[in-house]
Amino acid sequence: MSASTTSGRIVIAERLTGAARLAELAKIKVARKRKDRMIEFVLLLAACVSVFTTLAIVYILLKESLVFFSDVPVWSFLTDTQWTPLFDDAHFGIAVLLSGTLSSSLVALFIAIPLGTIIAIYLSEFANHRLREVLKPVLELLSGVPTIIYGFFALLVITPLLQEIYPGLPTFNILSAGLVMGIMIIPYVSSLSEDAMRAVPMSLREGSYAMGATRFQTATRVVVPAAFSGIASAYILGISRAVGETMILAVAAGMQPNLTLNPLEPAATITSFIVQVALGDLPHGSVGYQTIFAAGLTLLLITLMFNLLGHWLRRKYREAY
Amino acid sequence: MPSTITLPDDAPVLKAQSKNLDFYYGAFKALTGVTMPIYENRVTALIGPSGCGKSTYLRCFNRMHDLYPGHRYDGKIELYPDDVDILDHAVDPIEVRMRISMVFQKPNPFPKSIFENVAYGLRVRGEKSVSYLEDKVEAALRAAAIWGEVKDRMSESATNLSGGQQQRLCIARSLATDPEIILFDEPTSALDPIATGSIEELIGEIKNKVTILIVTHNMQQAARVSDYVAYMYLGEMVEYGVTKDIFMKPKRQETEDYITGRFG
Amino acid sequence: MSRKTDRSKELRAIIKSHKRWDVIFGLVGLGAIALAILTLVALFAQMVIDGFPRISVEFFANFPSRRAGQAGILSAWVGSFFVMIVTALFAIPVGIASAIYLEEYARKNWFTDVIEINISNLAGVPSIVYGLLALGLFVYTFGFGQSILSAGLTLALLILPIVIVTTREALRAIPQTVREGAYACGATKWQVVSDHLVPYGMPGILTGVIIGLSRAIGETAPIITIGALTFIAFLPPMPFTGDPAAGLFDWLFSPFTVMPIQIFNWTSRPDPAFHANAAAASLVLVFLTLGMNGLAIWLRYRLRKNIKW
Repeated sequence: MSASTTSGRIVIAERLTGAARLAELAKIKVARKRKDRMIEFVLLLAACVSVFTTLAIVYILLKESLVFFSDVPVWSFLTDTQWTPLFDDAHFGIAVLLSGTLSSSLVALFIAIPLGTIIAIYLSEFANHRLREVLKPVLELLSGVPTIIYGFFALLVITPLLQEIYPGLPTFNILSAGLVMGIMIIPYVSSLSEDAMRAVPMSLREGSYAMGATRFQTATRVVVPAAFSGIASAYILGISRAVGETMILAVAAGMQPNLTLNPLEPAATITSFIVQVALGDLPHGSVGYQTIFAAGLTLLLITLMFNLLGHWLRRKYREAY
Repeated sequence: MPSTITLPDDAPVLKAQSKNLDFYYGAFKALTGVTMPIYENRVTALIGPSGCGKSTYLRCFNRMHDLYPGHRYDGKIELYPDDVDILDHAVDPIEVRMRISMVFQKPNPFPKSIFENVAYGLRVRGEKSVSYLEDKVEAALRAAAIWGEVKDRMSESATNLSGGQQQRLCIARSLATDPEIILFDEPTSALDPIATGSIEELIGEIKNKVTILIVTHNMQQAARVSDYVAYMYLGEMVEYGVTKDIFMKPKRQETEDYITGRFG
Repeated sequence: MSRKTDRSKELRAIIKSHKRWDVIFGLVGLGAIALAILTLVALFAQMVIDGFPRISVEFFANFPSRRAGQAGILSAWVGSFFVMIVTALFAIPVGIASAIYLEEYARKNWFTDVIEINISNLAGVPSIVYGLLALGLFVYTFGFGQSILSAGLTLALLILPIVIVTTREALRAIPQTVREGAYACGATKWQVVSDHLVPYGMPGILTGVIIGLSRAIGETAPIITIGALTFIAFLPPMPFTGDPAAGLFDWLFSPFTVMPIQIFNWTSRPDPAFHANAAAASLVLVFLTLGMNGLAIWLRYRLRKNIKW
């Protein structure tokens, strides 16, 4: 009698004993080990897909940008005040697009950070359990709506509304897009901030209450400072999200490059510019084609910078609770 | 079973008294009929095995239970000399906590500077005058026997201090507001023996200014530090008396069993 | 005695003024939440008011047309459907496999750190950068063209971090004693994973997959960047249909459009009749997205109730 390995199941007949049994088991062990090692390798390959993705992103952006920068000097890219890449007399001043990204992000964060923080404090320190269980998923819905629909909302509802208040407002403007972006980003800020606050141990709150503090005093003087690194991370996430947003701006802010910080005008951002070019004809290897990669590289560097900042902040101020 | 209370002969002044106190966590009855005197400027210790209700009883004194849903007080805790029942619904727990402070089992300094930690109770009261705060903070840190160690680093974070120092800081924080009673909830169980010794010494020093109620699972500590001891078991107070008497000749068999370590 | 009552009165006044802030902040907090919810309600109301009248069987069965009244989302929802299939076919196995590797096999060394840092970084990369990656890599370098395959792979890479993170959490929630019990019976690591961990973690894994797909279905920017055309009045060729008969995989390489792009196209037109179409299509898309999100949340809730370790 011997062992059979039919369809992976190991059936060891009972008659085998002693040295023969050990030998049989050793044979099975070798086969299983080989199979296991193969499986581990396949799984490792899967895990490497993410590394591959990052490398591919960097490679593609760099490759096309290098071609771009062989034509356009980096200095003029950074300092030119016009962005007219598809004209005969082409100018490539990224500052124009950056102004749009900056003004739209500022408007959005002006809404998202205060409201997000207030909501987080309220849900964490004031609301009772049942209210929190109801409100949290509802807030998450805000971040679940596809951004194209937010863009639609900004253009066709918010802009007319704003035009009632300020009749001179152009149809495409940064303000409208920025406001809607802000509302969309609220859950990112509030959810992470709230998690950070809930992680603050009850013993700190008890220490504060034991000194005769009110709920508001405890929340603002003890809990929020204690959750600082988590709240900072939440803010950084909000900033990243605002900088990388595309469709709301593409639909509602117009895609006209405009060097201004005035949100009452239309402007293009780095992201909406890429969309605009992609909507047109993009012959491989043309100037337009390379420009979007240079713009994309700039965007990636900015978001990377914020990610690193968030990482560093977390490292430095991480409270061990 | 009724508790055995032996009041002291030398008529000290009564600071507070619990009268037939029951306490419920939801449907669970955690305290039954606890009646006990707390004498002014004396140290009263609560001892008993885990889960006997001593921390639960302590936390009634500063209405800590109010922070959590499902709590119910039945009975009174009277505070003198104004005869107010601090468990009454009409009494604001915040006001109670401004008169009765607490030091916790695990030191819980706020993530703020040493100065701000001690000044917290005063700031919460609306005190803004910098010179006033500085004076009170220094007085509290001196009373907590830690002034010398921190006077040159008042703006550093309190979390950089050692465990024993943090606990003395928390005691200073409690002292800064001139409370009438300080509640100590197993204040040394998270500390090493040397730090424990310094805290016990401190308790002996500050009892002249403030009434102290201390929960401890360490009988020797209770014997060293307190004037009166209450032995609790399963939510009831079994015996109360002068410390020496309780430890040398307890009147109840249950007390003797606990003290001699027959169970614990 | 009167000094004490004076002090008491003072304290009580101070407490009262401080407690006022409790009330004020409570109102402000609720107000902030109300503002957010109001926006959501306004969004929905507008979609329903403008779009609901356009919802009909024809709307689902018609191709887009220059005449607003006859335009429909057939090519869009079919396109979305096929792109989602490709996305799921790639993201699910790769995501689960990555998570299994990281949770159960990986050793604590620099290489594992690199992988984990990459995953958390990628979660923060803007979606349009994925579009650029797809354009350069899938469309041109690999030569997949502006096709369903490119779109599906791009979205799969986009949602990969979501699938990986939620699968890891699902695996982590399984107690160590289960693994030990399986090992004690003589199982190999892979047998423990495939016989026990994946089946027990399935609800959590499914939740993550559904959330990922609900995110993918609403993505516009990467698909635009690939070059999905916005006026598609035909369906991808189904295998063995048409004349000459389409091959088994021709549909993968076909031009296509998806729901968000159709909405984008209609929103960009000045004619308000098309805005009604956009609203209707948005309604359908939101229904799909939130429906999937809701399904995922419900699954997570059911999971917490049923499995008691």
